[in-house]
Amino acid sequence: MTVSTKKDHKLTEAFLLESERLPSSPLFAELKRQAGQVLSDAGLPTIKNEEYKYTGISKRLTDQLPNLGPSAPFADIEQEMKAQEALVRAVGGYTLVCTNGRFQPNLSTVDQQQFVVSSMASLDSDSAAQIGQIEKNEADSFTALNSIFFEDGVYIRVPAGKIIDRPILLINFVKATEKGSCVHPRTYIQVGKNAEVTFIEQTVWLGEATVFVNAVSEWTVGQNAHVRHYTLQNGRKNDLAVTNTRSSIHQDANFTSIVLSLEGGMIRNNLSLDLRASNCEGNMYGLYLLNGKTHVDNHTNVDHMQAHAESNELYKGILTDHSRGVFNGKIFVRQDAQKTNAFQQNNNILLSEDATVNTKPQLEIWADDVKCSHGCTTGQLDEEALFYLRARGIAKDAAKALLLHAFAGEVLDQIKEDGFKEYCETLVHARLGGNY
Amino acid sequence: MLSIKNLHASIEGTPILKGISLEIKPGEVHAIMGPNGSGKSTLASVLAGREEYEVTEGEVSFKGKDLLELSPEDRAREGVFLAFQYPVEIPGVSSTNFLRTAVNQVREYRGQEPLDAVKFLTLMKEKMKLVEIDQKLLSRALNEGFSGGEKKKNEIFQMAVLEPSLSILDETDSGLDIDALKVVANGVNQLKTKENATIVVTHYQRLLDYIVPDFVHVLYNGRIVKSGAKELALELEEKGYDWIKEEVSGTAV
Repeated sequence: MTVSTKKDHKLTEAFLLESERLPSSPLFAELKRQAGQVLSDAGLPTIKNEEYKYTGISKRLTDQLPNLGPSAPFADIEQEMKAQEALVRAVGGYTLVCTNGRFQPNLSTVDQQQFVVSSMASLDSDSAAQIGQIEKNEADSFTALNSIFFEDGVYIRVPAGKIIDRPILLINFVKATEKGSCVHPRTYIQVGKNAEVTFIEQTVWLGEATVFVNAVSEWTVGQNAHVRHYTLQNGRKNDLAVTNTRSSIHQDANFTSIVLSLEGGMIRNNLSLDLRASNCEGNMYGLYLLNGKTHVDNHTNVDHMQAHAESNELYKGILTDHSRGVFNGKIFVRQDAQKTNAFQQNNNILLSEDATVNTKPQLEIWADDVKCSHGCTTGQLDEEALFYLRARGIAKDAAKALLLHAFAGEVLDQIKEDGFKEYCETLVHARLGGNY
Repeated sequence: MLSIKNLHASIEGTPILKGISLEIKPGEVHAIMGPNGSGKSTLASVLAGREEYEVTEGEVSFKGKDLLELSPEDRAREGVFLAFQYPVEIPGVSSTNFLRTAVNQVREYRGQEPLDAVKFLTLMKEKMKLVEIDQKLLSRALNEGFSGGEKKKNEIFQMAVLEPSLSILDETDSGLDIDALKVVANGVNQLKTKENATIVVTHYQRLLDYIVPDFVHVLYNGRIVKSGAKELALELEEKGYDWIKEEVSGTAV
């Protein structure tokens, strides 16, 4: 009985039924078959499921989605591309475009000298076999859901030793169509030994209707490779999104994730870093600025498997109105992972009485010679600091903005690419400049 | 310049100030002394506009305006400056950015053009010399990791930059060693003009060796119980506050 209430049977069945209408996909047949099995067994989570306790995403999907089918591809996005010009210019790199999860090579700027990019649907069978090897279907029911439904996606290979000269920007345009309201983007990025790449992702929501974006992104970071991965979540108030991102990090490699959540309906981010070998480093930073009824849930998981690895984590939130933030940071240190350094911090400022934060560090440490620290704070804006600034002649709103900027700045300062950093700062600035 | 009449103030329903009256004219230095808990810092806070205090009676006019009606920022813009007893550390806000924002908001209020980066830097450099503050401190976040003395110096530096007409030093001397005390006092003395006034709130007479007051007021139990010339401070230093307490309770009962 308890098991069954953790599963949203009705929604799970509805999705499985919907999946029967999908065209067959010989390339990913085994992955999809297994995903079907996993989803049918585990089911989509209700809030009785400990991992989704605060984030009733299944209920929101049931209530808000008119159609559980996958949204149809579309290509005519000239106008919409123009609207993204500021971002494209700020990033100043390569732009990859997807519409409803389908890669659009003719809308993308690709330099095959720098990196290899291909549509998932046209992969050779060896490459296709890699999909689902890092983020396994069992990891999360939404990953299994993605595996069942994705029909295309982006596959990138950065050759060994290649230092990609400019950031890669992936824009995923999504909109509901008659066929369905769901998009299941899938990316797989393989970064070779000694290579370096910066990757920026943004989803652009088109039209008025609610869309559910259920993304899975898999990374494999080779020896001594350096990767920076930015996710910009800045959609609309009715958007629903789940992301499952997992990075498999090898010896001496470095993977940094920065997630900026500025707008949305309900967003759940599952970020997992597998620190597979010694001397590798995983960094997780996040900033969420929430208002209205926006709900953002960041579940992170870092798995220290071998000795001498390091992880750093800092998530910060500013919340107002009826918004809700959830942070769950798991640090897992295996028995072999001696001399691990793992740091975690989550700080929140609540600007209204009705905003809430649920924050939970979760440490599981099996090695005995490690340095781990974690801390979380949730409070109001520092009244004493506010008074200090006002007592020097700075208006209340400006003083507030100054303090909030300083708070958010600690995360924004982690963005190393000047153009993109400025772009993000402008977005944050607009939000913090008085009318939050 | 500042006229306080029968000022009563309380915090969370507890009366702290119980009828303070004080007149301050341009060019004057007033020292306010008294034992711990007598209401010295409360008076400073109420004048600067700290919102946790409720003024229950009385009035305060500053250059003809009702000071109590003004927000803390407008008081500062009108020329009131409070040097904090405990300057606040504000991580992530750079000292320079903070001061430039403050200076330009004050200028805007007064209908003056904002200072550009170059002019502001010139102003900073000029005032830095005055209080012997290290430029390195100002490139850091506001007061973050500053020593006690550095924080107090920074208060006087801000005062120098903002050029207030009424400065209230709230126990600026507490906890300072003699060298830091001299620097702080020297800064205050150099900023003194015929047009501006200073209120020095202190527990110790020592500061008054360096900042010589025109008047000394003794605050006890929320009232000014004795006023006099600078010699009063010396008497207090010698005899402590007990004789004042006795005198007050003797007359009050």
